[in-house]
Amino acid sequence: MKVDTAEQSSAERSAVAEAPVSAQAGEQANAAKWEPARGEPVVRFRGVTKTFGDLEVIKGIDLDIYPGEKIAVIGPSGSGKTTLGRMLMTLERPSGGTIEVDGENLWQMEVRGRMAPASDKHLHRIRGKIGMVFQHFNLFPHMSVLRNVTEAPRKVLGLSGEEARERAVEMLGKVGLADKLEMYPSQLSGGQKQRVAIARALVMRPKVMVFDEVTSALDPELVGEVLETIRDIAREGDMAMMLITHEMDFARDVSDRVVFSAEGRIVEQGTPQQIFETPQSERLKSFLSRFR
Amino acid sequence: MWDWNYTFSIMPELLHAFLMTVYVTLAGFAVASVIGLILAVGARSRFVAVRIVVRCIVEFVRNTPLLVQVFFIFFSLPLLAGISLSAFATGVIGLGLHYATYLSEVYRSGIDGVPKGQWEAATALNMTKSRTWMSVVLPQALPPIVPMMGNYLIVMFKETPILMAVTVVEVLLAAKNIASVTYRVFEPYTIVGVLFLVVSVVVSLLFRRLEKRMNRTNGPVLKR
Repeated sequence: MKVDTAEQSSAERSAVAEAPVSAQAGEQANAAKWEPARGEPVVRFRGVTKTFGDLEVIKGIDLDIYPGEKIAVIGPSGSGKTTLGRMLMTLERPSGGTIEVDGENLWQMEVRGRMAPASDKHLHRIRGKIGMVFQHFNLFPHMSVLRNVTEAPRKVLGLSGEEARERAVEMLGKVGLADKLEMYPSQLSGGQKQRVAIARALVMRPKVMVFDEVTSALDPELVGEVLETIRDIAREGDMAMMLITHEMDFARDVSDRVVFSAEGRIVEQGTPQQIFETPQSERLKSFLSRFR
Repeated sequence: MWDWNYTFSIMPELLHAFLMTVYVTLAGFAVASVIGLILAVGARSRFVAVRIVVRCIVEFVRNTPLLVQVFFIFFSLPLLAGISLSAFATGVIGLGLHYATYLSEVYRSGIDGVPKGQWEAATALNMTKSRTWMSVVLPQALPPIVPMMGNYLIVMFKETPILMAVTVVEVLLAAKNIASVTYRVFEPYTIVGVLFLVVSVVVSLLFRRLEKRMNRTNGPVLKR
């Protein structure tokens, strides 16, 4: 990883990565096209770092996600994209920096005027605004499709069985699986499983949803149906989406903004057009050239 | 050599005592199942103190003989703590606590078999820890360990004669009492052996059927 970093000028990296998002937009040559949305961001990463043992996976990331915004995070494998989403979902604790959700610090809370590690209660409250779809679906194999989707609304949100069922059936209809309610995950194709997982996350009505390489574990012929489902959701929703993906065409179609991360930093970001048609950094150019 | 008349004459008493063996086994197994689960979940606590206490209990109980433990409960607890337990209660608690430490390992293997992604999915759905255990982890951890639980039930069953040391009148003590009165040892001890054999075999067959049935209903579902 270190060797890889060396080939690119460190000045370029730090200039782009360490500037706050809004300032950075102004610095880029053709930045006029992408303006940060107005209002308060729903998610705010500030100086976030993550170290696993000796390996620094995230080296300081600033990123804002605005309500309803669809951002695609692209970049080479091992660039920390997934870790970014996992830290937002509270599956990994950042080593440094802060993550705010709806203006509230996710991993820390104020206790008698001092910042302390977040309590379970604090995490639980804020986590309700975040949802996630996983690369490997992680459906509950011992539950029917319907129960996979109703379990959390009933047991976490406290909805009645009937309300939960209603919501779940609506969501499963939306992902095109209304006829599979009584099936078990093992009886479904990968694409169907992933669509159940999407319904299961959506039914909780999060403000921001992380899609973590949701098509990477699928057979190629099943990728389309899942991407189509996400496209539909993206079109209608006021839910913000963080799409961590290797599907460049998909990133270009669906997202409002594309973030290119490499070696644990954000190297470049902008509208899909900026990123894919007029990439600025050598790192991004060489990354994209591999997809042409 | 084998006297059938004598056999029939002592059968009622032996069968009666055998019921005690069955009761003490079932009650002990119930205690072991519950405490074992508590120990297994406690061993995964994020509080170091809880993990250490659990580890100590498990190591202590497992590295001392069952016989010493039941002696301690029966004879020493009244002196130390003023707690005086009946022979039956001593047997149930002694067996239960002892095998809880073994069952906790069985539970652990089941719990470890639940993939990490399941925990993460539960977190992503904002389930609390206890909700995650109830809805996601235990329903997947328990079915695969049913056969091992069955084995331990049979092992416990065959260990009950140890409790004669604290005057639990289970089947072997009954046989011994009979033998000491009649001076005939061949029939009573043989009958005891046969009783244990028959019940053990039947129970293990039942567990095998249960296992097959679970595989049928849950097989494709629980395949990971």
